[in-house]
Amino acid sequence: MYRSLGDAVRDATARGISLSRLALETEASDQGRPVGEIRDVLHRALVVMQGAVAQGLTGNLKSASGLVGGDAAKLVHGPHGPLSGTPFRDILARALAVQEVNAAMGVIVAAPTAGGAGVLPAVLTGLAAARGLSDDAVVDALATAGLIGAVVAERASLSGAEGGCQAETGAAAGMAAGAGTEMLGGSPTQVGHAVALAQQGTLGLVCDPLGGLVELPCVFRNATGAAIALAAIEMALAGITFAIPADEVIDTMGDIGREMDVRYRETAGGGLAATPTGRRLARERLVQIKRG
Amino acid sequence: MVSLLDIIGPVMVGPSSSHTAGACRLGLLARGLVGGTPDQAKIELHGSFARTGEGHGTDKAIVAGLMGFRPDDDRIRTALEIAEREGLSYKFEKTTIDEEAHPNTVRITLERGDRSATMVGSSLGAGRVLVSEIDGFPVEVSGNYHTIVLVAEDVKGSVARIATLLSDDGLNIATLRLTRKRRGGDAFMVIELDECPGEEVRDHIRALPWVRWSFRLDKVSA
Repeated sequence: MYRSLGDAVRDATARGISLSRLALETEASDQGRPVGEIRDVLHRALVVMQGAVAQGLTGNLKSASGLVGGDAAKLVHGPHGPLSGTPFRDILARALAVQEVNAAMGVIVAAPTAGGAGVLPAVLTGLAAARGLSDDAVVDALATAGLIGAVVAERASLSGAEGGCQAETGAAAGMAAGAGTEMLGGSPTQVGHAVALAQQGTLGLVCDPLGGLVELPCVFRNATGAAIALAAIEMALAGITFAIPADEVIDTMGDIGREMDVRYRETAGGGLAATPTGRRLARERLVQIKRG
Repeated sequence: MVSLLDIIGPVMVGPSSSHTAGACRLGLLARGLVGGTPDQAKIELHGSFARTGEGHGTDKAIVAGLMGFRPDDDRIRTALEIAEREGLSYKFEKTTIDEEAHPNTVRITLERGDRSATMVGSSLGAGRVLVSEIDGFPVEVSGNYHTIVLVAEDVKGSVARIATLLSDDGLNIATLRLTRKRRGGDAFMVIELDECPGEEVRDHIRALPWVRWSFRLDKVSA
């Protein structure tokens, strides 16, 4: 797979094909498998993503600790806000839904990780629903997202323990922004700008879950991650460009992650986990989990 | 090389790709060392596995893997109850394996009939795992391939003999690593294969007089 999004954009543009086509052909060649098989695996992932969205929106889930659950349904049935009736509000609900399923030990697709698993399905299935796009279009978008994630894995990190939340929900926002931009008709160059625009908005984001559990703030950070992805898609499709190339933004994310104090890398030693309320809740809930 | 399918995946039971899916894969690999669901399991958790494992279902996921459940199997949620019904007796302990060990590391000691095995493995993130030690031998098993592990007397030509045998069975070797604790002592071979070896391959290997034991570890990645 590509190690540089810049190279991928250049090759796709030169050949007059989409980034998803390039990603699928490259993966097929890397693995010695036909493109059809790769698409089949991605399609199975999409079915699981759709199932998790549907399950989470019912609102009948509680996490192991009881700290999170039931909030996705509030965006469906709760009081109106300025985004009511828009794809934006629907996508926020979907992001919460998948993460609530994850926290309740339901079945999800780690994309790129379980902690950041809500962003990509929320943005892609939400936009597909709003625009009436087929599952095939979403499968293609997943291939583009995979290419972007592979570049982040090679150049920076996809682990909160190594790079903070910028490497999990931040990377997921970059993947969703690029994939969503292509799905709505953006060119490979616009995809590159969308990735840079999303990733720049999450630089420095720490990984600080209460008690080290993938619950709080992870569930909500998937919703705000999806919001950042949507902002990036909107800007990129409007023709806005970001002066720093996506590869360099991703490199910077990796550098910041390496310099980030260990308290902010999934150790529950800093950030929200270390607030007085965060410590108290973690203590109470961990006792509850041990009691079963 | 990072695969697109590593990024969009695995399909898994939540909540953590490292503490749940990776833990399950380590259980699956350990299971392979005794050829099936063990009777007894001692599971020693190190670092973050010990600290936050309970909230992530790490205990359930490892036991599920030992019973052959994969990371996307929703029986993981009730794996501890299932284990009690199926007669798998397990025990968890918290330990420090060593200061240098990866934060998400586990040592699993298993007994099944007359076979026992000890494995040390780590969950590296995004569901990727690495087995670093089997029965005291340093190894590197990723679970990204179908893998054969075997212990043999350190005889000349053993590698060539095994390679021929595998190629006669139509199998292509992806990697092969040989380690031994001392010259002339037992040699530990880890062979990663592109194809899944059938039962007859293991029988052929076991029929070699200088092979003490061998097991097949099934591919655990997508």
